[in-house]
Amino acid sequence: MKLRRIAPVFVLALSVTATGALLASGEPSEHGNLIPQSANAKWKSECGACHVAYPPALLPARSWEKLMAGLADHFGEDASLDPATAREIREYLVRESGDRGAGRTGRKAANAVAPADAPMRITATRWFRHEHDEIAPAVWRRAAIGSPANCGACHKGAADLDFSERRVAIPRDTGRPGAGQVSLGAR
Amino acid sequence: MRRWLATLFLAAPAALAGTPADLLGAYEAQAKRAGAAFAGFSAARGAALYRGGGSATCASCHSPSPLQPGRHARTGKSIAPLAPAANPARLTDPAKTEKWFGRNCRDVLARDCTAQEKGDFVRFLMNAN
Repeated sequence: MKLRRIAPVFVLALSVTATGALLASGEPSEHGNLIPQSANAKWKSECGACHVAYPPALLPARSWEKLMAGLADHFGEDASLDPATAREIREYLVRESGDRGAGRTGRKAANAVAPADAPMRITATRWFRHEHDEIAPAVWRRAAIGSPANCGACHKGAADLDFSERRVAIPRDTGRPGAGQVSLGAR
Repeated sequence: MRRWLATLFLAAPAALAGTPADLLGAYEAQAKRAGAAFAGFSAARGAALYRGGGSATCASCHSPSPLQPGRHARTGKSIAPLAPAANPARLTDPAKTEKWFGRNCRDVLARDCTAQEKGDFVRFLMNAN
């Protein structure tokens, strides 16, 4: 009798707790998981020389293996490294990859890749497209952005692998790179 | 973060320090070994190399002047100036210089550069001010 009266309250409390937990694990804080378990200076300096050193967690290990095996033609450019550096970076990327690393976001991103696929572009993964589905194609083409590969154009903390919503500021289309910004975080 | 910084500081001394003049000397020795009468390096030839090429040139990413910062044509990442007068860290790490000559000569010229060409290029960068 008593139990029946308490039960609805209990269920309500449970669902509130569950929602809270869901929110806590939701988008903004979850991106903390993109920070690798360990640091690697060569990965940071070599990969970061031409573009943001992309989070290892955002591709599965097999993708990094494939990418590191083809540096002489890296998306149309020669990104060759000496064998020792290449091996060190490859091992690091594999260890911290979405399917081998410890982060939950990486696991989610890797799970969204079909087992037979080894995508070479993070921007081609289902996870990436889902996370950015509110961004119109014309926004990617703005002068200050250029392409979805240019993380740092909007994610101001990208160089430190901070992809939290708070650090997002989408540049306006002024035609002048780096000019005028709209802050999403200020909403 | 602290661990990251520690790694950076530990890694820094590993880079062999040198001067642009040392680098030029090394290319001169190589050019002489390569045979053909060596008649010195030319900043004018280096400048022609900087601006020449096919659809991609050095200038397309490094900007028309080696004293100015450039921007990677595809990724949009900014590139610090190439000339030591504008960026004293340039041409002080022979391994790094060789790595980029290797990659960029193959991208722009579809072949490796000769020691003569590298020396001309370095001379051009050293003269820029």
